[in-house]
Amino acid sequence: MTDAMAAGGPVEEREGGVSLWADAWYRLQKNRLAVFGAVFLAVEIVLCLVTPWIAPYEFDAQSLELTLAPPSAGHWLGTDNLGRDLLTRLLYGGRISLTVGLLASLVSVAVGVLYGAIAGFAGGKLDNAMMRFVDVLYAVPFVFLVIILMVYFGKNIYLLFVALGLTQWLTMARIVRGQVMSLRRKEFVEAAISMGVRPWRIVTRHLIPNSLGPVIVYLTLTIPSVVLEEAFLSFLGLGVQAPMASWGTLISSGVEVMEVAPTALIAPAALLSLTLFSLNFLGDGLRDALDPKGAKD
Amino acid sequence: MGLAYILRRLAVMVPVFLIVVTVVFFMIRFAPGGPFDSEKQVPPQILENLNRRYHLDEPLAMQYLRYLGDLARGDLGPSFKHANRTVNEIIAESLPVSVELGLIALVWALLIGITAGGLAALRPNTAWDYVPMTISVLGICLPTFVIGPLLVLVFGLWLQWLPVAGWNAWQDRVLPSLTLGFAYAAYISRLTRGGLMEIRTQDFIRTARAKGLSESQVLLRHSLRGGLLPVVSYLGPALAGIITGALVTETIFNIPGLGRFFIQSALNRDYTVVMGTALLYFTLIFVCNLLVDVVYALLDPRVRYD
Repeated sequence: MTDAMAAGGPVEEREGGVSLWADAWYRLQKNRLAVFGAVFLAVEIVLCLVTPWIAPYEFDAQSLELTLAPPSAGHWLGTDNLGRDLLTRLLYGGRISLTVGLLASLVSVAVGVLYGAIAGFAGGKLDNAMMRFVDVLYAVPFVFLVIILMVYFGKNIYLLFVALGLTQWLTMARIVRGQVMSLRRKEFVEAAISMGVRPWRIVTRHLIPNSLGPVIVYLTLTIPSVVLEEAFLSFLGLGVQAPMASWGTLISSGVEVMEVAPTALIAPAALLSLTLFSLNFLGDGLRDALDPKGAKD
Repeated sequence: MGLAYILRRLAVMVPVFLIVVTVVFFMIRFAPGGPFDSEKQVPPQILENLNRRYHLDEPLAMQYLRYLGDLARGDLGPSFKHANRTVNEIIAESLPVSVELGLIALVWALLIGITAGGLAALRPNTAWDYVPMTISVLGICLPTFVIGPLLVLVFGLWLQWLPVAGWNAWQDRVLPSLTLGFAYAAYISRLTRGGLMEIRTQDFIRTARAKGLSESQVLLRHSLRGGLLPVVSYLGPALAGIITGALVTETIFNIPGLGRFFIQSALNRDYTVVMGTALLYFTLIFVCNLLVDVVYALLDPRVRYD
């Protein structure tokens, strides 16, 4: 990533002290792929948000005389096998896919940050036991547990948030623990301890806010993997249920009709892929911007 | 690295496996809905007989112990939905298909990945490097359930070169195994390139060149062994990914493997099949990871497990 490297150079043309966040913002702007990702995601999110007001069709409105229609002026991406407007369904699907991605990632951040911070701050035997537990969980293939959960407790979308979030917190816990362990020895934490601040308050007020950079980076890298997992489950019929749609279910129904209406497959596949690309580029860009030393490759 | 290490890894597996069995077992039993719920109203007498046949009328603790006992003898119990078939029979039929698919995919991944990565590292910053490395970004980002249908669309429906479903002739193997192996080929090519580029500057490579070996001899005899270490350590996650990816691939291509059976049973709520298959998957992934770690230590004498 040559852009990132160029952006990693010194920032000599500006005067005075530059805060970590201003510096990171400057670096990020220099990274063309990350900017592309950010712009694409911004446009996509806005479109998905306003869809209910701007879309000329309801997401489940069928017109049975116009099934599997090719793209036209009335239906820019054509219609599906029930005559529903594909573009409308794609944007409604985006609402679901992106919401699942964001909420499940937040669940994973909440669990991972708290777990990692407690382990890192406590140290000693508790830390050892907690991290061994994480090591053990790393070996468990969670996809199967999520599938079993979805099968037995109904394909409930809220359960999906939690289940997907709970599969993703392990790496976050490790990252935060490492951060906290290095922060713990800093003077301001020792000052807080000597002033008699309670451990819980030290963790939430001093340690967690100061390890936010890597957390944000890893959050942007968690979202695409959650979006992917949701699409994977929905593709198999184990995620979001009809008449609601997510990109996974749209791809899955696109596969059934791809011989007659290839757009029904290509459009959701392309949108999902572009979103995953953008999220990954943005995440990589943020990592390079916030941690210039740890550039990848 | 010794036998002690392997034994200790296996010993760690036992409690993890027990926890997984217990969690899955009670999750299933506490879940709403029974295995015999259906559209038709079943007479209570029949339901009672069914419950008795599958020991569902016993206390929960008893059922749990019975399941553990059966499991210890390698018996995964009868299927709830397919009368007269046991989970073991279903697995015996479908596992070989999945193993074949997975192995072909792995061969593709290694063959394409190491070749492309090796060529890229031999001629860095030329078309030999840029073209495969750009394709590999695509391969890593596109999920199986996007690549698979697109391959079917192009090679199966538009060009009509290859069959799109089934599992009989060798042609049936091509598209599914490529679908499954593509992402791993992409990742392995990047790892190979990275590993080889890093090792290029080492002293023993310079010695090999100084001896007068040709560039390709240096690559094959000296660089690859060290440069492939990242690939070997990636094989663990890759195998786990191939096993999971087979769920999608087998569904797309209608292949009678374990993955498709697992998904179908999940959709049918066939409790025993889902549970047995999931446990088998856990075990497979644990064992694969262990094997990969052992191979890694064999290849790299600097690695010592203790």
